[in-house]
Amino acid sequence: MASKLSNQLRALYAATSHHSTLSPRQFPNPSGALRDFLLGSNGRLFSAEVSSPPPTPIPPSGPNPSAPSSLNQKELDKFSAMAETWWDSEGPYRPLHALNPTRLAFIRSTLCRHFGRDPCSARPFEGLKFVDVGCGGGILSEPLARMGATVTGVDALETNIKIARLHAHRRGRAHCRVRKIMLLIDLPVTSASLLSNCSVSDDVNFTSVASDLDPLASTIEYRCTTAEKLVEEQRNFDAVISLEVIEHVADPAEFCKSLAALTVPDGATVVSTINRSMRAYATAIVAAEYILHWLPKGTHQWSSFLTPEELVLILQRASVSVKEMAGFTYNPLTGRWSLSDDISVNFIAYGTKTTSE
Amino acid sequence: MFRLIRRKIGENVYRLRVPAKNLCIDATAKVPSSNPGRSGHVYQEGQGFSDKVQQHDIAIVGGGMVGMAFACSLASTPLTKHLNVAIIDSNPALFNGVGIKKDGPPDPRVSTVTPATISFFKDIGAWKYVEEHRHAYFDKMQVWDYTGLGYTRYNARDANKDVLGCVVENRVLHSSLLSCMQSTDFQKTIYPSKLMTLHRNSSSNGVGSTSSASPSFERGHPVKLDLSDGSLCAKLVVGADGSRSRVRELTGFKTIGWNYSQNAIICTVEHSVENQCAWQRFLPAGPIALLPISDNFSNIVWTMNPKEATDRKVMNEDDFLRDVNNALDYGYGPHPKSSTSGSGGIFSWLKPDLTSSVNDCFEVPPKVVKLASERMMFPLSLMHANNYASKHVVLIGDAAHTVHPLAGQGVNLGFGDASSLSRVIAEGIAVGTDIGEVSLLKKYEAERKPENIAMMAVLDGIQKAYSVDFGPLNLLRAAAFHGANYISPLKKSIISYASGEQRLPIFS
Repeated sequence: MASKLSNQLRALYAATSHHSTLSPRQFPNPSGALRDFLLGSNGRLFSAEVSSPPPTPIPPSGPNPSAPSSLNQKELDKFSAMAETWWDSEGPYRPLHALNPTRLAFIRSTLCRHFGRDPCSARPFEGLKFVDVGCGGGILSEPLARMGATVTGVDALETNIKIARLHAHRRGRAHCRVRKIMLLIDLPVTSASLLSNCSVSDDVNFTSVASDLDPLASTIEYRCTTAEKLVEEQRNFDAVISLEVIEHVADPAEFCKSLAALTVPDGATVVSTINRSMRAYATAIVAAEYILHWLPKGTHQWSSFLTPEELVLILQRASVSVKEMAGFTYNPLTGRWSLSDDISVNFIAYGTKTTSE
Repeated sequence: MFRLIRRKIGENVYRLRVPAKNLCIDATAKVPSSNPGRSGHVYQEGQGFSDKVQQHDIAIVGGGMVGMAFACSLASTPLTKHLNVAIIDSNPALFNGVGIKKDGPPDPRVSTVTPATISFFKDIGAWKYVEEHRHAYFDKMQVWDYTGLGYTRYNARDANKDVLGCVVENRVLHSSLLSCMQSTDFQKTIYPSKLMTLHRNSSSNGVGSTSSASPSFERGHPVKLDLSDGSLCAKLVVGADGSRSRVRELTGFKTIGWNYSQNAIICTVEHSVENQCAWQRFLPAGPIALLPISDNFSNIVWTMNPKEATDRKVMNEDDFLRDVNNALDYGYGPHPKSSTSGSGGIFSWLKPDLTSSVNDCFEVPPKVVKLASERMMFPLSLMHANNYASKHVVLIGDAAHTVHPLAGQGVNLGFGDASSLSRVIAEGIAVGTDIGEVSLLKKYEAERKPENIAMMAVLDGIQKAYSVDFGPLNLLRAAAFHGANYISPLKKSIISYASGEQRLPIFS
């Protein structure tokens, strides 16, 4: 019965032409080549997914194995597998997971000082609004939320936003998770139909979905948008953080202006990227892409890297004065990253927005 | 540069998730417990069970010395003291306190805590409670063997230390940790219960992975523990439940290990004079150790083959005391020659360093005059878990490694684990990491495993070296003794290593 339903619903689902919206390439991408590698990879992923027949479907697990659940189970499985890949610290994103604590350590120490917070507190950023521009699967947003910040994660790529939402709302109770996740990833089921389906035998409705969220997850607002659009919406934040993004944007200077515009006066801006040095060419491109295969070939264009001096300059022009800078160095023996003074490859800069503007 | 990464994600897209682990154990699950307390304080803060499944950040299974030390360590660290912790142990002492009569005879279950452990206890605020009870620092140690070819005397001043260690009854360590935790405003709930099953949400994001038959997981608390009378959810489960760990079994950690076909007899004895030195003599069937407890009391840990052990456990007191005195004196072989007389000895080419304990003469331990406790017997074994950490579950103490009790290192390794894990968790919280994240827990494993294995290898090696009575090997052992006695830097390293403050030189 489940498979019959799922066939019917697959047809329905196709009719909504939702599939086309899943193609990342259809999203306007004002930031230029932002995450081009992700686009490419996910494009592959999706095409592979469409052509290959699904294995034994996981039976719908809610108490109400109604039509929408089975319809969207496939979607759910797909995104959940992707989210799992994204978040698997031993998986393909291992280098990013390994780097993450190191860059968070920099953010923690600089921003605790900037906002005058107790560095021994478990939640030092309580009450502060942060935006994570280019949040990807939420790998930085979630720890920032655990550290107390009210986080907005934005990414130009809808797939990433879906992954991030899915991961933040993971571990939901089994009985209502299907519907919740449908909401979360914006599947093309109208609210009305969802509600009517829920009401059949489920105690869950929209209000409980909203109120039952994980305290961590409910504080993160994930949006598929860009920094420029947030500026248009006149949003601003106590801290604007954009890590490993600027080397992928078409116009770094404009991008920095947007970051600055999102920062409240006296707020903090944190940007990390790769230096345009010979060592960066050797490590970030030759080693990481061609030898170690950490990254797909063509992920980075050496010519679009910024030197620390250039970054400081364009941030300065955007009225952000850089206060501190640090490098990340990788120890191939331990597989660990650490903060150092060596900014010749990966580096991170923290600046404050000057008020005189 | 770390964004994406090839590899067929497609593989994962349809990978079927294994339903959450649902393992059962028999109802005879044994949770470590020691002597039940009689009187004392009830300090429980939250009642364990209600209709709703309780949620905790960390569930510590096993409230023994290592589990309690871990809890105290969390409670004393600014970054972790906000954590909501459950302690699961059916030992009533956790509720009632451990009643210790200060003037009663010492319990035979004692631990030799190293200076590293003492400083850990001071850091977490538990040492001051230990000092209120019976404990015995010792600054001298003599190790020799039955062949009479060599001996070593260690003195704390060789390594510029005040003490080599301190002998403390296990119940004193345990009650000190209880008092220590009671003195904090740490959010803890004690479940006087046994762990029955452990369900893990097997996928990191949960969606699409749990079948309808699997239990519902509380949001953000991906491990569900079913106890003998209730259940709870946690982000991280810490298995501190001893060498027969249920957590280890339920989570499927693999172990390696072997039995030594040796049993240890432990008991408390009384001397006519005060003993301030730790003594250890290697006999053909295993070592005998005499550890000072305080006043005229000492503790005996005597390793021998199971048949002898069974005999000696039941033989009458006089015969047993005669055997003990014999084993610590002329039994099995002569006294080693004192080094100062050392002209013409086969190891005379080793020049003594006049400033250190090298000039200490061989001494005979004080005679044992009375048995002050019952005799207890334990089989000896070695066990090591291949991994200490997996998703949302981590092992500490004897649950991860059981060692030969040769140098009293077992519990010190456990305290080292507790200290390391709580530090790693604090570091993780500092950068907003999920405390159940396996990459975080692996840091703890990477920190502790080499140290624990090194210590296990050393102890196992010593045990093996002494399990053979063979002329050339005896000489070799004697040479090792002389080396350890006369070569100051080596001696210093050995003391530092045994104090838990330094890794083996080859590992550093």
